[in-house]
Formats: sequence, C-alpha cells, structure tokens
Amino acid sequence: MNSTNSRQDNHDTTAIIQASLKKRYAREKRFQWYGRIAVLMGFVFLFILLADIVIKGSPAFTQHYIQIPVHLEAEQLGVDPGSGSEALYSADYQGAIKSSLRDLFPDVSGRKQKRLLYKLISAGAEYDLRDMVIANPELIGTRTDLWLRAHSEAGSYLKGQALADTPESERRVKDLQIGWLDSLREQGRTQTRFNTTFFTQGDSREPELAGIKAALYGSFFTLLVTFFLAFPIGVFAAIYLEEFAPRNRLTDVIEININNLAAVPSIVFGLLGLAVFINFFELPRSAPLVGGIVLSLMTLPTIIITSRAAIQSVSPSIREAALGVGASKLQTVFHHVLPVAMPGILTGSIIGMAQALGESAPLLMIGMVAFIMDVPGGVTDPATVLPVQIFLWADSPERGFTEKTSAAIMVLMGFLIVMNALAIYLRKRFELK
Amino acid sequence: MQTTTVFLVLLALSAVGFALGRRRSQQLAAAGPGMRGLHSLPKHYGYMAALWAGLPALFLLVLWMAFESRVLHDLIVAELPQQVQVLPDSELGLYYNQIVSHAGGGSSAAQLDEAQQLAAQRYQGLVHTSSLLKAAMVALVAVIGGLLALQRIAPALRARNHVENIFKWGLFACSFIAVLTTLGIVLSVLFEAMRFFQSIPLTDFLFGLQWSPQMAIRADQVAASGSFGFVPLLVGTLLISAVAMLIAVPMGLMSAIYLSEYASRRFRAITKPVLEVLAGVPTVVYGFFAALTVAPFIRQLGESIGLSVASESALAAGIVMGIMIIPFVMSLSDDIINAVPDSMREASLGMGATMSETIRKVLLPAALPGIVGGILLAVSRAIGETMIVVMAAGLSAKLTINPLEAVTTITVQIVTLLVGDQEFDSPKTLAAFALGLVLFFVTLLLNVAALYVVRKYREQYE
Repeated sequence: MNSTNSRQDNHDTTAIIQASLKKRYAREKRFQWYGRIAVLMGFVFLFILLADIVIKGSPAFTQHYIQIPVHLEAEQLGVDPGSGSEALYSADYQGAIKSSLRDLFPDVSGRKQKRLLYKLISAGAEYDLRDMVIANPELIGTRTDLWLRAHSEAGSYLKGQALADTPESERRVKDLQIGWLDSLREQGRTQTRFNTTFFTQGDSREPELAGIKAALYGSFFTLLVTFFLAFPIGVFAAIYLEEFAPRNRLTDVIEININNLAAVPSIVFGLLGLAVFINFFELPRSAPLVGGIVLSLMTLPTIIITSRAAIQSVSPSIREAALGVGASKLQTVFHHVLPVAMPGILTGSIIGMAQALGESAPLLMIGMVAFIMDVPGGVTDPATVLPVQIFLWADSPERGFTEKTSAAIMVLMGFLIVMNALAIYLRKRFELK
Repeated sequence: MQTTTVFLVLLALSAVGFALGRRRSQQLAAAGPGMRGLHSLPKHYGYMAALWAGLPALFLLVLWMAFESRVLHDLIVAELPQQVQVLPDSELGLYYNQIVSHAGGGSSAAQLDEAQQLAAQRYQGLVHTSSLLKAAMVALVAVIGGLLALQRIAPALRARNHVENIFKWGLFACSFIAVLTTLGIVLSVLFEAMRFFQSIPLTDFLFGLQWSPQMAIRADQVAASGSFGFVPLLVGTLLISAVAMLIAVPMGLMSAIYLSEYASRRFRAITKPVLEVLAGVPTVVYGFFAALTVAPFIRQLGESIGLSVASESALAAGIVMGIMIIPFVMSLSDDIINAVPDSMREASLGMGATMSETIRKVLLPAALPGIVGGILLAVSRAIGETMIVVMAAGLSAKLTINPLEAVTTITVQIVTLLVGDQEFDSPKTLAAFALGLVLFFVTLLLNVAALYVVRKYREQYE
C-alpha cells in the first residue's frame, strides 16, 4: 500500500519535474540571450560611435579648389611691377580675385548676387594668392589660371553634402551658387586636394582655414609638463609607500587620500587650479604650465596606484639578494627593484598620460578655452589643447566645423590608440618575464 | 638675472660640489687609511656636498620668488602719495598694475600721472636690485653650504646614510603631495564657498527652488536679483544620472555575467578589451556624439510618435553617459562575481540547478554588496561627469523629472559660471565654488561608502 503510494508519488514528482524542466531550460536560454544581447549592444554602441565620427569627419581631410583665370594687373593690385616684396605683401589681392570672378560670370549683377559670387572663394584665398605672387612676381601683369581655395559652404556642396532638394531658405548654398558651381564643375574647374591646412594652421573663424596645429602643440606642451611632474613624483611616492613607509597613522592618511583623489571628479581639479595656481600664485591663465600642473595632480593617483602594483610584483628574492651583498635599502630599490618594475610603471604612466590627453573639463576652468590662432612656443604662452578645440568647434554653428570637429576627434583617438597599444605591448612584454 | 639663469648657476654649483666632495674623499683616503677606510663610496661624499650646496639655496630661491612680488608691492605702495594710498583695494590694485605694466614696457607714459611714472622708475630699479640680490644670495648660500659639507668630509663620516636620509625625506614629500592636493581642494573650495555664503544664506542655497545666477550689475537695475536655489540642479543631476544608471547597470552587469560565466575563454579575451575601448574614449567625444547625433535622433523619434522632446533632453545626455559607464560597471562586477568562491557555484550546480538559477539565486545574492558598491562608484562618476552634460544638457534650471525636457546639472553650472567673465568677487562666480564644494562632498561620500561596502564584502570571503 505504502510502496505503491510512494511509487505513485515518485511518478508524479518525475512528471512535475519533467514538465518544469522545459520551462527551466527555456528560462536558461532566455537568460543566456540577455547576456548575449548586452554584450552585442556594447559592440553596437561602439560601432555606431566610431562610424558616426568617421563618416562625419573624413570629408574634412579633403579641400576643394576652384580654378579661376586671375588677372593680376599691377594697377589694380596697387603695386609697381618692379616693387619689392613688402609692397607685394600689402597689395589688394581680394580685389583681384573679385574682379576675376566677375569676369568669369559676366551676367552677375546687383550687390546681393555679387556677394554670393564672392562667397564661392574662401576668405583665405587672398593670402594664398599673396604667397604665390611673392614667390613668383612675374605673375603680375599676366592672366593665369590659378587654383583658389573654395569657401567651406561651396566646398560642402561640391562634396555632395548640401542637397539640392531641401528648400533654399534652409540651405547655406543658394540656388545661384549651385548653378555657378555646377558650371565650374562641368568646365573641369574644380578639384579636390588633401587638406594640409588642417594640420598646418591654428584655429580660424572660417572652417576651411581652421587647423589643429596650435591645439596639437598646446596638447604637447601640456602633456610635457604633466609627464615631467607626474612621472617622477608618482614613482617616488609609490617607492616610498611600498618600500619605506612605516605602518602608522600618517601612512594610512596618505593612502586614503590617494584612493579618494582617484575618484574625485576632474572638474574639481579645475577649481583647485583656478583658486590656487591662478588666483593665489598668479601663474598665467590659459597656459600649458598651469594645465599641466592640474592634469599631473589628476593623473598622480593613477600613476601611484599602478606603480605600487608593479613594485609589489617584483620578487622578494631580488631585494634579499641585493641586501645580502651589502646594498643599502635605497640602493636596492633604485638599482634592482625599479629596473625590474619599470615596464609595469611605464604601462601605468602611459595610461595616465592618455587620460590626461583626453581630459578637457579642468582645462576649461583655467582658461584654456581661448581662441588660439598662433602656435604656442612654450609652456607659458596662451594655448588650447585638442579636446578643448573639439569642444569649441562642436559649439560652432557652421556646418564646416562639424566635419572639422569629427576629424579632430579622429586625430585625438588616433593618438590615444597609439598610446594604449604601446601600454599593452609593454604589459605583454612584462608578463613574459 | 633671470630665474632660469640663477637656477642653472645653482645646478652648476651643485655639480662642482659633487666633484670636489668626491675628490676630497679620495684624497683623504689616499693620505690616510686607503679606500677601504672610507665609510662610504666616494660618490656618496660627492652627493652629500652637492645636496648641501643645492638644497638650502634652492629653498631660498623658491622663497624669494614666492614673496618677491608682494614685497615689491608693499615697498612701492608705501611711497605713493597719501591720497592714492587710501584708495579702496580694487582701485589701488588697478593703479599699481598700471605702474607695473608701464615699468615692463607695456603701456605708454601718456596714460599715467606723474606719481605713477616715478613709481614705475622706482619699480624698475627695485626689480633690478632684487634680481641681483637674489642671484648673489643664492650663490652665497650654495657656496657656504658646499664648503660646510666639504669641511665635514672625513673617512669615518657616514655619507651614504646621510645622503639616503635626505632622499627618503624627498620620497616622503612626493607621497605627501596627495595629502596637500586634497587639502588644497578642500581649502580653496571651502574658502570661496564661505565667501559665497556670506552674501547668500545657506538655507536659501540648500532649499531654494529657483536657480538663476544672473545678478544685477548696478543696484538700480530692474533685473532679477539672482536666486541661488540648489534643488533644481540636484534634481537635474540625479535625473541624468538615473537615466545613465538605467542603461549602464543592466548592460554592464549582464555583460559581466555572460563573459565570466558563459563565454568561452577566447570570446572573452577578444570581447573584454573591445568593450573597454568605450571607457577610453574621451568624454568630449561622447559629448559631441550626444549633442549632434543622439539628441536629434531622440527628438525625431519622439516627434514621430507625437511627443515633444527638448533638443537638449536629459534622455540624450543620460543615455550617452550610460554608454560611457558600461565598461566601468562591467569590470567592477566582473571582479566581484569572480571573487565568489567556486564551492558555492559547484554546490548549486550539483543540486541540479541550471546555470541561470545558480547565478540568480546564489551568485548574485552573494555578490550583492560588492555590486552595490560598484554601482555607488558608478553613480559618483555620473554625478561628476562634465563634458557630456556641458555639451548635451541644457542651461536653464527647470525643476522636473521628465527626461524628455532639458535640465541642467551641477557641473554644467560650474562651467558656465566660471568660463568667460572672471570677476572673482561676485556671488555668481563664488557660487561655482559652492557647487564645487557640494560636488566634492557628495562624490567623496559615495566613494567612501562604496569602498566600505566593497571591503566588508571582500572580508566575508577571504
């Protein structure tokens, strides 16, 4: 009686389990899929982010030029044929370009149409022309076909970005200009070149004249200061904490401070820089010197923490061997421990430098947001850095700056990838040992 | 003389000290007990002489540079006419700056009165004297220090210990910079915030529901007197952080679970670094992405289903911030899930539980405190994040919890208050420091809490 009952029970339980197993396996499958979807979404986000920037940024590496027959009449330029380069320097090239454009399109009339016509050519073309004439003064008095830099709006039409089917009022390139550009293109008077300006010039109000050279130099000087402050101080601090610090209150306070500083928002370091270095010590505003100091305080915790880990992982036998043959503690550390730990320390420092290179918030606080056309020549000149240049361009309404922003991001990301690859390479080598 | 020249001279003197110290120890050894009789290597005696020559003089140089401008200011001001001396501080400062810029060749004499031109000449003279005096004093201290050290060199002198002690103090000073930085942050933010609270009561700041920091420039202006209620900023910050957490926590946690429990070793080795690229992207890039791609996309999406979405919606900034934090949550939860002992996993699996049941009913409850700690750290990251919200969130402080509207955050306000005009005494700029104070303490609190929770949790399984 009892046994049949329990067999019955067993049978029931098995049936129940059989029935629930299906559900449980389905749930298991579902759960796995949640995980897969989460990972996949991460990939998708990264892909969209990178693709968006590359698509927006790659047109910035090309620049359109328009070929125009330019008459360089000495009279109109306001110079004598035989005059020196100083007179040539201040001659009226803009007038020459404008009259040449009018000659090319003789049926243009009225101020408004003329202004549209002039806007085909960049405001910087007159300087290009000036340099051409100074290099080759025989051009004066001749009528030559010259390639002139296109205005960014005209360039964006030629790149196929400004579509003709949007209403004219919402377009920057007007119907008239499109007609002119189309006819120029049919005559073979337009050309695409690699945009060298982007790498050889500073900031500008005109998108087609703006470049990242000043920002690159600013970043370089800032990182230079950061490295020369943060690297030695960070490594020395790590050595002290790992090898010399006694176990006491003060050491605890230092360690807690370092861990907390690693999590302080970067903008707070900017407030520190503003209040202490600029207002109290009266260091120059907008200078890579102050930017570098602030960023070095910010990256110090990263460098200290990774250097400590690297020093910690050096095998004690090396220390004991050095101490055993009579080296002092300091000699042991500097002659034996540090060289072994160096790859690890360098890895951490490079990662810290990469952080500093991409950082912009604290630099806004200390005035590195200025409009910088000139390449800074030292650590006390006003400068801006690449991420801040990106921030400034992202704020500009002109379409031309959107692609410049994305292109600058591509350059910045390129640097970051190189730095991180270097760090990974060093880590790999370190692990092999 | 230029400070850099003085510094280079100082370096040269130190080098001479090194050479002399080393030679003297060698001479002493040769004359008396021989090389074995020296306590330390000759170079240690050299280092000692170099440090004695260099350090005190360097200290003097730094002090001189720190106080030079202040002393000059006092000397010049003391000689100015009586009616100028009684001017209020700001006018006196302007007056003095004109003198200095004229002395430096900055401005023409026409703009200055006679007393200023005299003072400028005097200033030039003083600067000249000061730089000569500085060079002479530094050199003198360096020579005296070096000679004293050379005098002390004897075979029995424990030069190595002496030098190493100085080095150890140097190492300590380097690690103490962390403490000084924290102190600097707290003091600078606290000091300016106190000045802010002198003009705006603390209760108005903490409980006010209005934030419009535009102050009337003149007393008779009709413009709003400026209100500094901090609540809308806090709500805006928390709203954007909440959106970010809604994205980052499930995705980060699920990715971590999948990668550590299900994925093959190879898949994990490839996937993890790729996802960590998201953490290495500079925040200004995310800001650009949020403002120019995500925000218009969300706006169009909202319009197509009949919702009105602000062009600087909290949603856009929050989503992008969430994407940024995914790898952060992922690697923290990964560490914590891996720290759960395998015996617990095996016990559950051995009882016939499926992997997902083991994860949900055994691993996650066991790892919960650690995960909570990780989330707290992620929240503190989100609250302190600046560039994304500066570029993609709004400027006007609206008290709302609707993520489709534009809100502003603490960090956005700090940036807008401090970038551009730099009048340092108005409550407007000081308000930025009060906000900085709040930001610092909120993030500090979250970090301390998170570290405490994580540490407690680790102890549980160690």
